[in-house]
Amino acid sequence: MNEPEGLAARLTDVAHRYGAISALAGVTLDLPAEIVVGLIGPDGVGKSSLLGLIAGARKLQSGQAQVLGGDIADARHRRAICPRVAYMPQGLGSNLYAELSVAENIDFFSRLFDQAAAERTARIDELLRSTGLAAFRDRPVRKLSGGMKQKLGLCCALIHDPDLLILDEPTTGIDPLSRRQFWELIDTMRARRPGMTVLVATAYMEEAERFDWLVAMDGGRILATGGAAALKARAGAATLEAAFIALVPETARDGYRAVHIPPRQTQPGPPAIVARGLTRRFGDFAAVDHVDLTIERGEIFGFVGSNGCGKTTTMKMLTGLLPVTQGEALLFGRSVGATDVDMRRRVGYMSQSFSLYGELTIRQNLELHARLFQIPADRAKTRIASLVEGFHLAGHLDERSDHLPLGIRQRLSLAAAVIHEPEMLILDEPTSGVDPIARDEFWARLVDLSRNQDVTIFISTHFMNEAARCDRVALMHAGRILATAAPAGLIDARGAATLEEAFIAYLEEATDQAQPTAERAMVRPGIDMPRTASSRSHPAASAGTDRTPSPATWFSPRRLIAYARCEMLQILRDPIRLAISFFGTALLMLVFGYGITFDVEHLTFAVLDRDQTPESRNYTEEFADTRYFDQQARLTDYAELDRGLKSGRLSFVIEIPPGFGRDVKRGTATEVSAWIDGAMPFRAETILGYLNGVHLSYLTRLNLRVTGTQTPWQPVQIATRARYNQDFKSIYAMVPSVIGLLLLFIPAILMALSIVREKELGSIVNLYVTPVSRLEFLLGKQLPYVGLAMVNCASMVALAVFVFQVPVKGSASALTLAALIYSIATTGIGLLISAFTTTQVAALAGTAILTLMPALQFSGMIVPVSSLSGIEAAIGYGFPTTYFLKISVGAFTKALSFADLAGNLLTLAAFVPVLTGFSLLFLPKQDR
Amino acid sequence: MSSLSNIWHLGIKELRSLGHDTVLIVLIVFAFSYAIYSLATGISFELRNASIAIVDEDHSRLSNNIAAALLPPYFKPPEQIAPGELVRRLDNGRDTFVLDIPPKFQADVSAGRAPTVQLNTDATAVVQAGIGANYIQQIVTDEVDRFYYGIDSQPDPAVALRTRIAFNDNLESSWFMGVAWLINVVTMLAMVLSGAAVIREREHGTLDHLLVMPLSPFEIAMAKVWANGLVITIAAGLSLRFVVHGVLGLPTTGSFALFLASVMLYLFFASAVGLLLGTVARSMPQFGLLFILVVLPMIMLSGSYTPLESMPHSLQIVMQAVPSTHFVKIAQAILFRGAGLDIIWPNLGVIVGVGGLLFALALSRFRASISQEVS
Repeated sequence: MNEPEGLAARLTDVAHRYGAISALAGVTLDLPAEIVVGLIGPDGVGKSSLLGLIAGARKLQSGQAQVLGGDIADARHRRAICPRVAYMPQGLGSNLYAELSVAENIDFFSRLFDQAAAERTARIDELLRSTGLAAFRDRPVRKLSGGMKQKLGLCCALIHDPDLLILDEPTTGIDPLSRRQFWELIDTMRARRPGMTVLVATAYMEEAERFDWLVAMDGGRILATGGAAALKARAGAATLEAAFIALVPETARDGYRAVHIPPRQTQPGPPAIVARGLTRRFGDFAAVDHVDLTIERGEIFGFVGSNGCGKTTTMKMLTGLLPVTQGEALLFGRSVGATDVDMRRRVGYMSQSFSLYGELTIRQNLELHARLFQIPADRAKTRIASLVEGFHLAGHLDERSDHLPLGIRQRLSLAAAVIHEPEMLILDEPTSGVDPIARDEFWARLVDLSRNQDVTIFISTHFMNEAARCDRVALMHAGRILATAAPAGLIDARGAATLEEAFIAYLEEATDQAQPTAERAMVRPGIDMPRTASSRSHPAASAGTDRTPSPATWFSPRRLIAYARCEMLQILRDPIRLAISFFGTALLMLVFGYGITFDVEHLTFAVLDRDQTPESRNYTEEFADTRYFDQQARLTDYAELDRGLKSGRLSFVIEIPPGFGRDVKRGTATEVSAWIDGAMPFRAETILGYLNGVHLSYLTRLNLRVTGTQTPWQPVQIATRARYNQDFKSIYAMVPSVIGLLLLFIPAILMALSIVREKELGSIVNLYVTPVSRLEFLLGKQLPYVGLAMVNCASMVALAVFVFQVPVKGSASALTLAALIYSIATTGIGLLISAFTTTQVAALAGTAILTLMPALQFSGMIVPVSSLSGIEAAIGYGFPTTYFLKISVGAFTKALSFADLAGNLLTLAAFVPVLTGFSLLFLPKQDR
Repeated sequence: MSSLSNIWHLGIKELRSLGHDTVLIVLIVFAFSYAIYSLATGISFELRNASIAIVDEDHSRLSNNIAAALLPPYFKPPEQIAPGELVRRLDNGRDTFVLDIPPKFQADVSAGRAPTVQLNTDATAVVQAGIGANYIQQIVTDEVDRFYYGIDSQPDPAVALRTRIAFNDNLESSWFMGVAWLINVVTMLAMVLSGAAVIREREHGTLDHLLVMPLSPFEIAMAKVWANGLVITIAAGLSLRFVVHGVLGLPTTGSFALFLASVMLYLFFASAVGLLLGTVARSMPQFGLLFILVVLPMIMLSGSYTPLESMPHSLQIVMQAVPSTHFVKIAQAILFRGAGLDIIWPNLGVIVGVGGLLFALALSRFRASISQEVS
């Protein structure tokens, strides 16, 4: 294959759509190799789609893409270059497993690249050492800070020495110090492997200054390419952000003005917000740790810090959403209480994500807010009109708000937050993901509210240029406030050039105190790092053809075990799934075992005896002494009879007519009536059978007394032999069947959820971009759940034998083997369903319905399969539960041997390859 | 007053949101129409198409008459099998019943020697085996009597038992199952709608938004209860009228209004359970798993399928505290037996009492559920 010299990738007219939404509109681009290429632009302009396509994680829809010298649309090429590419998707640690430790995550990726144990250990140690994560190797990822997650993500990406490293917004949401450390780490790695091409997307323009070559994107198109200096020169701007705004087409920045902030006039009166020693703990973790704040009226107060450092928690405590663990918070001099409804009228709040009702229109959302704040109707009307005007919402008034672009939704959120003219606004990262132009517009409105309407504004942000606009800024880190001052004051205090540098200085000071060695040791450029055995001697060969990447074998047990091990660890560390799979199964076993019973016992009945003779009492005594019937007090009249039946208190009533005793004595034919409650037909049928039986035994006894002969003579005798279950106790059939039902739907649901969870959380991308094959992925995921099902099966058999007292009379080995095959089949059903579902809720509902319905209706649990016909029979015979139930009931109650059950075992086994085959067929190796 | 207006406006918002959720609407319509119909007619506890085989060692007119009398829809056409096949076929579940007619059967009957016919049943087929054995015994007895005595000249017994089935004379199982599934669908949807509404609001952050407005948790919860309750009550009413009474043909015995009023009170309970689960679960999948664990016992043990009195005594006592048990009683009493308020009021009392308790519990967890989410 021809690899253009010095090019990592060449895109020709690449377009990409998600349904009706266009993400990329005909991009043609050459990406140079062996340098750091930056993709810049706000959220939603197509950066992630472009990176996903180049990484092979997304399926190419139209156009051509050559990556590392071959067509990325060609599955063979993708497989061949897989070991040379590393892809770190967007989001903090989104392709990592939160429950697994740092070392376990790297170990997982190492196995995916089929590295042998010795190599694996060496590489993990080396990476942990060089990134400073060695001290945290056993810490679960969910407890890492954002910065550490990203470093770990980088470790996992570098485990196989890639030639092309693709990073999608690796530094979004992490603090400035971690950000700087991250880039230093990349520099170190590049120094080690100069041939490595790094492709980075970022929303931070400041950060992009350091990249070798930039691609500015907007609206799915390329605005410009070139070095940072060249772009700035072209736009005649001092900063990249200004250059970017200048590069955006005229129409998009219609009416754009740079934000101008007039100086603040100090307001008299008490401060708007006071926090003293404010603390919030979740368990033993202090999310907010003794925070002190004083915010003056009319002030714009900024709040800066990494994700998860406690900013949101602090804001939620101030709004009364979260109770305070310790310390106090005062708004306008009054303590914040969850029930203080009046206070809420004075505060406007905007939470991190868009939190209005997406299914309502702009107008409906605003009207709802006005009503809930009890603004009188006429006042609300003018208020809404002025907001619509002021926030430029008129053009979209009757559109569903979730169909609007982010910038407009942001304006709507702010409009809703100020509809009741609050004196204070608490805004939690309102500008995340918004493009620079819309962000500046948003700020223009904030400035207006603060300076012209004396509204106090407490705003958190990731953007340093936004922090610089605030009157004062507080820097938060790990639950504590490191410094609070005017931006210029902070810069001066640290003798720094920019606000960012000042913050880094504060953070370094704080982390030095907290973690004396580990974090600091992490980046020391020029550190002597030993090369591992498989490191290429001449990395510059990345773009050449002289290098033959070790071809990925078609099947590797190591990759399969990687997934099995990862899944197993996750199950063991998720108390809820673990509890549900064990405790839930046992609970449902008891419920179904006792609940699905077809025994008809303890039927309540009463007698309306209108004869009152020894003969009539003689008749009713026949009913008194069986476990089937419980006699109630005698009835006196028809009204009582009617009431008893209507309320359901009585299942049946016997009425003996006047003159019954006389007629019996005389030998005259007479008639007894029985009324049976027919509301529950099955029960009524059974009662009918019982009554006839009891009546017959009465006749026999009567015959004996009158004629002296033992039985009335009949021309035929019928000997009924109830095989397998002499007492007709439904428990002997139902308990073995319930095992089949629960081994079906719980493992299938958990299995489907585990795959769809990877889709929802984003870790499915590991299947797309690493050499793991679909078969290895599926079998690896399946293995732990089969194990879990077998443990469940053992506990259910124990319940059956010891609690329900249903013994295994037949072949226990056939039952065990059947349970194993059946568990593979039922988890296979889960796999198959997961291929068609994208959300966990859909997977849950779909699996529950698609397994329970055929199992209950057509698998012979209630109605024997032999009684079915047509489609019902086809479903019954085409569903594995049918065969497992035969084996289970056969082994428990019918006392059948292994040989008797062999046929059903074979049929059951045939489901396994079929289900796995279909799952493979429908599981894509790429995202759309 | 302002509280009522808040509940009203928030409820309208719920209805609007529901109106935009096409999937949910399709689910509601499907559940109350086709699902009830297919489940009512699909799972049958009646004797239908039971598979029976005959080992006929006589091959006489009488044995042929017996085989011919085993008719659809109760039985599939009987298969003639060899004596050696009997055990294997029962073991395999091929047949539920095997009737063994001995050699010289007809001759023995004619001679008054009262020969014995053996009826083997697979007693693990618990639903069919008992009822079917009764039917087969009756059919064999009738055929032999008719052969022995001639038509209509059997002797009368000294005492006859006349059985009458009240409320459902033909023992239509689809009526019973239709009502049972109507109850189950009401239970499930009420829980899912209210619980999912809470979780959706929390996941989208709109619950935070509501809680910083001058609203109380009571108002937020009540709005969900009335809005979802209204939708389900209307759907249940339509379903009862057109599916259960209409298509399935259950005669209108009781008061429609009384039933709907009971549904509304029951919905209050079911929605409260949904709200409570919504505050306990941290995500939709967790809610789903919890939902399954809660709803299955509620449905299976409430007596809507299998008779309550056959369960272990202690379990019956526990289930007396669960409103669904009482709602099943109410529904059966009104719809089959035409009972009035004078009969069902104690059951309604339990529903309202337990519902109120759970609703209070859900409210008290409302705010706590937000703080737990962050951890």
